[in-house]
Amino acid sequence: MTARDEVLGRIRAANAAAGHPAPQEVPRDYHRAGAHPAGAPELLELFRDRLVDYKATVLEAPADDVAKAVRAALADATGRVVVPPGLPDGWWPDGLAATRVTDDGLSPADLDTAAAVLTGCAAACATTGTIALDGSPDQGRRAITLVPDVHVCVVRTDQVVQTVPEMLAALEPTRPITFVSGPSATSDIELERVEGVHGPRTLIVVLTG
Amino acid sequence: MSTFLGIPAPRGVGHLRGDRSFPDAARGALADSQLRRNLGHATRVIRGKRAAVVGELDDWEQLRLAGSALKAATMARLDEHLERLEQEVTARGGTVHWARDANEANAIVTRLVQETGASEVVKVKSMATQEIGLNEALEAAGIEAHETDLAELIVQLGGDLPSHILVPAIHRNRAEIREIFLREMPGVDPELTAEPRKLAMAARAHLRERFLRAKVAISGANFGVADTGTLLVVESEGNGRMCLTLPETLITVMGIEKVVPTWQDLEVFLQLLPRSSTGERMNPYTSAWTGVTPGDGPQAFHLVLLDNGRTAVLGDDLGRSALHCIKCSACLNVCPVYERTGGHAYGSVYPGPIGAVLSPQLTGVEDNASLPYASSLCGACFDACPVRIDIPSLLVKLRAQHVDEQRKRAVPSAEAIAMAAASWVMSSPRRFAAAEKGSRAGRLLGRRAGRIRTLPPPLSAWTASRDAPRPPSETFREWWARERGGDS
Amino acid sequence: MRIALFLTCLGDALHPEVGRATVTLLERLGHEVVFPTDQTCCGQMHINTGYQREALPLVRHHVATFEPYDVIVAPSGSCVGCVRHQHAMVARGAHDERLAERADAVAGRTYELSELLVDVLGVEDVGAYYPHRVTYHPTCHSLRMLRVADKPLRLLRHVRGMTLLELPESDQCCGFGGTFALKNADTSTAMLADKMRNVLSTGAEVATAGDASCLMHIGGGLSRLRSGTRTVHLAEILAST
Repeated sequence: MTARDEVLGRIRAANAAAGHPAPQEVPRDYHRAGAHPAGAPELLELFRDRLVDYKATVLEAPADDVAKAVRAALADATGRVVVPPGLPDGWWPDGLAATRVTDDGLSPADLDTAAAVLTGCAAACATTGTIALDGSPDQGRRAITLVPDVHVCVVRTDQVVQTVPEMLAALEPTRPITFVSGPSATSDIELERVEGVHGPRTLIVVLTG
Repeated sequence: MSTFLGIPAPRGVGHLRGDRSFPDAARGALADSQLRRNLGHATRVIRGKRAAVVGELDDWEQLRLAGSALKAATMARLDEHLERLEQEVTARGGTVHWARDANEANAIVTRLVQETGASEVVKVKSMATQEIGLNEALEAAGIEAHETDLAELIVQLGGDLPSHILVPAIHRNRAEIREIFLREMPGVDPELTAEPRKLAMAARAHLRERFLRAKVAISGANFGVADTGTLLVVESEGNGRMCLTLPETLITVMGIEKVVPTWQDLEVFLQLLPRSSTGERMNPYTSAWTGVTPGDGPQAFHLVLLDNGRTAVLGDDLGRSALHCIKCSACLNVCPVYERTGGHAYGSVYPGPIGAVLSPQLTGVEDNASLPYASSLCGACFDACPVRIDIPSLLVKLRAQHVDEQRKRAVPSAEAIAMAAASWVMSSPRRFAAAEKGSRAGRLLGRRAGRIRTLPPPLSAWTASRDAPRPPSETFREWWARERGGDS
Repeated sequence: MRIALFLTCLGDALHPEVGRATVTLLERLGHEVVFPTDQTCCGQMHINTGYQREALPLVRHHVATFEPYDVIVAPSGSCVGCVRHQHAMVARGAHDERLAERADAVAGRTYELSELLVDVLGVEDVGAYYPHRVTYHPTCHSLRMLRVADKPLRLLRHVRGMTLLELPESDQCCGFGGTFALKNADTSTAMLADKMRNVLSTGAEVATAGDASCLMHIGGGLSRLRSGTRTVHLAEILAST
């Protein structure tokens, strides 16, 4: 008998031995939908507050001038800034000291020498201060938002929902998804949170729209 | 009571059994005042953080009920969900392997690593691979495993054992961690201070090159979604993302109980888990991947589904709820026993209240017979559990299983004789009243103090640190008979 | 109201003053107290140590003894917890469904003292006078098994002449846990040490609780320390005038 058949057989025998417990109805009376529609001012206020609480930086930009806030975010960057192949027009600012490098399969070592990365996102959750990346053309491969030490992430206000259930519902699960809540952190030393280990130590969110 | 005899996790491999009983192992820990301070500080910090973020949600109890029901429903059809998971992972370019036990899982992973030609792997913290002793198996095959989680790194560099599910180095304070880094970390800055941020930076520098060159990574999984074939790892530091993203080959070892039926079900667990574990609204990073994505991340993905005693747990109508555990470790952090003894005393990779009910069930209760007694049944663990596992009731049931095993002995233990005698006495009011009169001989003890300072064994364990009350000159029922004239 | 007193084996044999106080208190409030003299022990120690088979006759005896009564009170959170959450379980474990149903019925009429006073009798001011500094330990089974919440504190706040001092880390277990105190004596002692430190930090003369067993543990430790702080059951304070 294969291990597969044996393990599945054991599961069936175990469920029988336990008297075939009936699958109970799952109560879903927790908050699935938020009290506010995506992008509502109350949610944006909450989202900012949560991001700052977990040591992210928040910059504001009007929908027609994302580049201005990105310029401020990358003002100190020197060397190369990685962008995904589908970076929307108008996000990259003029007059930066850093040069723009579009990802075409950069090696981990290449990415390690980059100063920063600039991307969009797929969805965001205000209650937890979370942004979700799903590998779409404006976000690129997972590696580019991981190895560089600074991540500048543009979030459209209409992407900000209130609850975790709403954020998950906005995503296509079979895409490679990364949920990001603030910069890299650890609680491994005396259970006190300190920011900055292996992931980007600086997270700058540009909120636009 | 169930008579199902499942197949427990095998002996001689992995880390589910200690070499000493809990009281013996605890004695040493209790005498270590540094350890007591470290644990007391850390658990107090995390209890406060958890309470704060749980208090922010007015639907916390509804989420707990949903989480509990979801887990029960999943277990009822576990075979179907695993088959679906296998189907979806395979359809999206992954390969699924099944392992009956630790030995089989270790052999599969070792072979998969060898087939890549790699002689080293990077690892994301994973309870399943600790449970089966994977690092030792890889080492025996000449493959070096680098733990990349900060706490696991502290444990690995210190030649130590993990003592907590979430924070394996919780028994170490910052000064001790600094000393370990200075001693064991090649090229570390000799000026390194004990500031946590500086220690985290040292770990970053130490592991950076390993991440960038790694060809093979090994992870566990917090969740596996059956209907999409999606695996998830919940973490904080980004070491998980490094392992899950940069290498060419990813091997994930997942206990069969970690499957959830649908993507939507994660909306419950991704709220319960971070708030219960690190006391955060959301952990910094969660990675979700499905099979292989061309041009993004590992291009070879293997999922190893592990039984190793889990189906034996599933066969018990009450005990199976221990498999609902999402490994948040909230029960450890609120447990007064864990707080004082630390995790090593439990002898298993699963310490604390959940370990005291899970380990004996995975191994068979006689292989961990002292663990169900390592609790005062105070109930704090049940209140903290995000999926409402009734740990106190499970402890009591496992104690009964142990006692029933002991009944098979030719000669009953002194305890069994005493319990049987007490039952005989107390099931009769006449015998009970007579026994009360008999115990008045105890009044000869402690006559001057009004308290008894020494009792014979086994009650000497009581009077080692506490006085015992001197039996009164008149029991209540004697007073009642005298005052109220007998029966009512 | 006619109330049956379930004093518990520990109360009967070692702490008769708790039973006498409960009688005094309830009679002062105008109720009739009866003491079913057939009562022995609820079997909690057996059940929690794993001796379910030995507990079964005790459960059967307890159910038969208290079945005739409409309202039953015990000045012990853990024994009420055992009656309410474990008696039917033991019966079902022995496949005695009839006994389980009878046990559930008795459990539904069994109250811990503060539950009886506040929920059933609707009284918070029992007219007590107790001129001492007191701190209250909310025992684990009252707090988490019975969920008596702040009922004992509401009763204590109405006691005249008394200074009620807040116990730090009050929800932490004192380390008794029945046979846990013997089987894991070192850990139990470490827990007791912290509980005593917190009690002594309040400067209270008296530590009180709703369970004679936890008080025996805390009191045994305080006595060994010759601390001068003594333990007094909640019923005794409420009975004082």
